[in-house]
Amino acid sequence: MSDRKLDLVIIGGGPAGLAAAAAASEAGVKDLLVIERDRKLGGILNQCIHNGFGLHTFKEELTGPEYADRYIKKTQALGVPFLTDTMVVDLSWDQETGAKFVTAMNKESGLFVIEAKAVILAMGCRERARGALNIPGYRPAGIYSAGTAQYYVNIEGRMPGKEVVILGSGDIGLIMARRMTLEGAKVKVVAELMPYSGGLKRNIVQCLNDFDIPLKLSHTLVDIKGKKRVEGVTIAQVDENRKPIPGTEEYYSCDTLLLSCGLIPENELSLMLGVEMSPVTGGALVNESLETSIPGVYACGNVLHVHDLVDYVSGEADTAGRNAAAFLQGAQTQNDTNVKKETEIKIRTVDGVRYSVPATVRPEHMSDMLTVRFRVGNEYRDKVLAVYFEDEPLMKLPKRIMAPGEMEQIILQKKKLEELAEKALAAGVSAPQITIRVEEKA
Amino acid sequence: MYDIIIIGAGVTGSAIARELSKRKRKILVLEKESDICEGTSKANSGIAHSGYDAAPGSLKAKLNIRGSRMMEQLSKELDFPYKRNGSLVLCFDEADRGKLEDLLERGRKNGVEGLRIVEREELKSLEPGVSDRAVAALYAPTGGIVCPFGLTYALAENAAVNGVEFQLNTKVETIEKTQEGYRIRTSRGEFVTRFVINAAGVYAADLHNQVCEKKLRITPRKGEYCLMDKQVGGLVTHTLFQLPTALGKGILVTPTVHGNLLTGPTALDVEDPEDVSTTAAGLSEVLTKAAMSVGNLPNKPITSFSGLRAHEAGGDFVIGQAPDAPGFIDAAGIESPGLTCAPAIGEYVAQLLQELDPAPEKEGFIATRKGIPSMALATPEEKDALIREDPAYAHVICRCELVTEGEILNAIRRPLGATTLDGIKRRTRAGMGRCQAGFCSPKTVAILARELGVDESEITKSGDGSQFITGKDKENV
Repeated sequence: MSDRKLDLVIIGGGPAGLAAAAAASEAGVKDLLVIERDRKLGGILNQCIHNGFGLHTFKEELTGPEYADRYIKKTQALGVPFLTDTMVVDLSWDQETGAKFVTAMNKESGLFVIEAKAVILAMGCRERARGALNIPGYRPAGIYSAGTAQYYVNIEGRMPGKEVVILGSGDIGLIMARRMTLEGAKVKVVAELMPYSGGLKRNIVQCLNDFDIPLKLSHTLVDIKGKKRVEGVTIAQVDENRKPIPGTEEYYSCDTLLLSCGLIPENELSLMLGVEMSPVTGGALVNESLETSIPGVYACGNVLHVHDLVDYVSGEADTAGRNAAAFLQGAQTQNDTNVKKETEIKIRTVDGVRYSVPATVRPEHMSDMLTVRFRVGNEYRDKVLAVYFEDEPLMKLPKRIMAPGEMEQIILQKKKLEELAEKALAAGVSAPQITIRVEEKA
Repeated sequence: MYDIIIIGAGVTGSAIARELSKRKRKILVLEKESDICEGTSKANSGIAHSGYDAAPGSLKAKLNIRGSRMMEQLSKELDFPYKRNGSLVLCFDEADRGKLEDLLERGRKNGVEGLRIVEREELKSLEPGVSDRAVAALYAPTGGIVCPFGLTYALAENAAVNGVEFQLNTKVETIEKTQEGYRIRTSRGEFVTRFVINAAGVYAADLHNQVCEKKLRITPRKGEYCLMDKQVGGLVTHTLFQLPTALGKGILVTPTVHGNLLTGPTALDVEDPEDVSTTAAGLSEVLTKAAMSVGNLPNKPITSFSGLRAHEAGGDFVIGQAPDAPGFIDAAGIESPGLTCAPAIGEYVAQLLQELDPAPEKEGFIATRKGIPSMALATPEEKDALIREDPAYAHVICRCELVTEGEILNAIRRPLGATTLDGIKRRTRAGMGRCQAGFCSPKTVAILARELGVDESEITKSGDGSQFITGKDKENV
């Protein structure tokens, strides 16, 4: 039923897909293919022309396209094959044989099916749109997601507006506040529903403060005026339940409204495949190998959970690529019967910690050090980030400040976990848990 | 000199145009907006009502029954999405059972087939998604859902193919009686015609009252809607109405023909005939009331919108020659169930015209029309065939709804083709998905500019004044 057979198909040629491809190739997988829907590799980095990328990975400050280029060159040097302008339209698998079927189409080959032994999901994310926010008012031209505006300005050299109000303080919105200003628009205000910003602190300083753009926390949009093109918007303060407070409305005349109200992992294909999802991240639930509930299917990058820094995406994708290679080379997966199920440790996130990636850990399969990433659900000052194995404290990290906009991480040690798991099993604990929580200072 | 000028290219005007195009006549449709289907026709419930609601003997009742019976056949001839999914009017209180009986009685008088009351148990098995609060329901198996855009475009395109002229971006300013008919002054010149058909929706009274002493009074009645993601489109399979309760007139919860879940509308009389804004209060009312009909209303909105019904003070459609203005024919006050009635209104007006001014049948009338193929709905074999015909059908532009360049080009190049982003959206669904055109709008704008031979800065959302691009980078630095 397939037109081609491959070992590994990587869906998405952005930073996650590229790094995963490079890692898999370096680990010996040569029968692989990266499928990219856009005409160019690099994904959203291509429109991120500002600098600040790569401080962790390359110890230097690159622009988005430069960062992408490093990985494009790397994968090209490794001889990784790509298909661009190609859209994956269906994804399924055969539970008996474990084969995955990737249906895609492009102008050259029409509709075709690839049978793959392993798949890496690297489709990225999209922005939350106005409709999902249920913002009342008219529906004129001039309302853009921050990323769409970024495409117009940075790729097409066109201005989507002259006088701008930005709703939401996600990183793309902050970056666009600065970009629009530099390109000659007037950015009047950034309104954020929450009492804290959704973006990185450094972006607030460099993109708003440096340009005297006011950030109004605990504010939301209550009306959009303009029948053909945006003429103005009304912003109001919100109470602790995030409901607008009557009497606090302020009208801003503007021709453009940019929305930067959160990113959503783009998991349509994962859902078609039947991957088990996290209701918190909107991404797949994965184990320490970044393997989803379907054996041989891995996820990495923003399709798994939304990251702040592309450096972390690359690191995560590298892990997914190496583990996919190991899978193809016959390593055990969670569905292999000779792996003891009881060694799967669930990571429980409570008291301010919203989720973790990975969600489960099998000590036998982890590397010596495993980075676990997560976000907190509120702004916390002078608290402790505590990690427990069952009731035993593993670490207590004092934190001056934690915020939802900044991803947190802890590092688990294989040796320690193996010891603890063994001890727990001996004590009759069948499903040991690691707990990550925010605590008061002792 | 035209034989007939139709004012308004909504579903009513388009249906009339299509029906009239079966006979030898010179016909023009004038539309103030940049596209057809830009007023009430684009923002409504998309329901093909079975016909139990209107007062027996009214035009609404008569045309509803006829329209409902025509819809399926018409959907095959003109290739637009329609589905007979059946509807249920939910009763939440034993005390209201009388109202349900009244509705059943009214429906039977109107001639609705298969109507019956279903009790809780049967209701639950018919519609497992229904809320436990519903005690009984009126079941109308002939109720259906239809794509309001699809229906309007199908009618208008078919009329155009059969020789009807359409002039868009042309706002009628004044109408005056002449010796031979009427002189219509517009934003784009003057037209003379023997007959005028007034299908101007919320503006129909303004036109009518220029030539007739028996005045019409039309109030725009706003209805707000909330459209949910396809992920939850399968929550219900029937269209769920509510009996009016102490909270007022109920709202509906329905799957759409495209698989979304639609809830709404509110009903609020407004003054401004262009006020299609949504309000926090309206959207909250929609969601609160919708939650009565279904056990668990998911919070998965992808967009909200509002539309205006043209409510005439008399409560019924006003269709026919104005009493003191020979040759001036109204199709006014077309509120719900106007969408369902449209094909029947077309027939009715054509019949009237034939009585007033007989014309011979046109040879070679083209009765069928083929819509834009949908890659999202096509089978693998159909997809293959389309791509072989034109590789542009393999180039995905809108990833959420899987709409390709091939479909967008088809929408632009067909009769009365799209010239705006909204026009593309309503014809192909590009931009109608969960990202609401975030990714595809720049690409669609580029395709439109290329096809229309204009700069991207001239491309609009919905006609002049709604341009997307305001200039070039650094122009104002």
